[in-house]
Amino acid sequence: MAGSKEIRNKIKSVENTRKITKAMEMVAASKMRKAQERMRAARPYSEKIRSVAANLSHANPDYKHVFLQKRDVVRNVGVIMVTSDKGLCGGLNTNAMRMMVMKIKEWEGADAKVQATAIGNKGLGFLMRYGIPVTSQVIGLGDKPHLEKMIGPVKAQLDQFADGKIDALYLCYTKFINTMKQEAMCEQLLPLSGDKLGAPDSSWDYLYEPDAKAVLDELLERYIESIVYSAVAENIASEQSARMVAMKSASDNAKKVIGDLKLTYNKARQAAITKELSEIVGGAAAV
Amino acid sequence: MATLHVNIVSAEQSIFSGDAEMVVVPGESGELGILPLHTPLLTRIRPGTVKVKLAGGNEELVFVSGGILEVQPKALTILANTSIRAKDLDEAKVMQAKQAAEEALANRQSGQERAVVQAELSQLAAQLAAIRKLRK
Repeated sequence: MAGSKEIRNKIKSVENTRKITKAMEMVAASKMRKAQERMRAARPYSEKIRSVAANLSHANPDYKHVFLQKRDVVRNVGVIMVTSDKGLCGGLNTNAMRMMVMKIKEWEGADAKVQATAIGNKGLGFLMRYGIPVTSQVIGLGDKPHLEKMIGPVKAQLDQFADGKIDALYLCYTKFINTMKQEAMCEQLLPLSGDKLGAPDSSWDYLYEPDAKAVLDELLERYIESIVYSAVAENIASEQSARMVAMKSASDNAKKVIGDLKLTYNKARQAAITKELSEIVGGAAAV
Repeated sequence: MATLHVNIVSAEQSIFSGDAEMVVVPGESGELGILPLHTPLLTRIRPGTVKVKLAGGNEELVFVSGGILEVQPKALTILANTSIRAKDLDEAKVMQAKQAAEEALANRQSGQERAVVQAELSQLAAQLAAIRKLRK
């Protein structure tokens, strides 16, 4: 019965793997709920700031902030790439990277140099391997993203845009559609198009303190930050749900493998018993 | 008496939402007491405490570390910053993020080597598994 012991060991090891994937699935499920809540919690701020900024830029058409100025030739492109810190979450990061490769080829085809900001470990590794200069980075955001950690890396790109070192800024992340579906996205952050701000909901004539420009400047910067923050929050929700789905299918596969192995084991056991019996019967007949 | 609908939101969460009779805000150029039907106003605010006088006579105190105040006749919104912002503080954060990138670049060689070694290792593991299978 040499074969059956090995099969038993194998069953045990697959069972252990299944325990781990099952646990990860449940952890991801509970984290996903929290991540989704955080994603929703970020919405009122960005909605509000968007409508105020739309109002403001509508009320002051003569003042064009540097973020709103369109450049004629795009020579340098900045990109903020949001990925997860950890793996084991299905095709989430791979899809984001594939998207990124496509975009990089597109930009390089148009003779634009690309430089990047990495948010998340996986994207950082990818950019390094791909040979894209990384100007700023932040990793280890954890499950609860804090805006504070993102201010520096985002401001690095905003400053470069204001200085004319980059002519456009893009944001790549994985959009959370629902638990089963996440989509890699790449959208343009800067220059901000007036359409993106949308039409103002109401036309108030505000009093400004200290003046319209100072308020608009601050608003636009906060607006960009809030977009990046919600992208990160959404990416985390996507990560957790992708992990949950991946771990669920891993657990299901392990279950199937265990079933198959048990069948093989029982067959081997039966064969051994039959063999032993026939040996006994054969021995008795000989006597 | 008319009331003011107050929303205090930060990028990470909604901090307060409700109706109030009066709101006292630390504006950039001085304390502001906002009553219902105030003229539309947009201003930056300093770090400090926002006092919200609720309709029932109770008071709610909220600490904000700066942000933007928007007033409309029947609504008031505070877009609060999540942390105290100062120009040099922000600058320091930029430096930190850049430094991290530079350090990572310096360590890149070792990272690449690690990747190569890992690839070799996984190849060896696959070979081992194949040999084991053949032996059975």
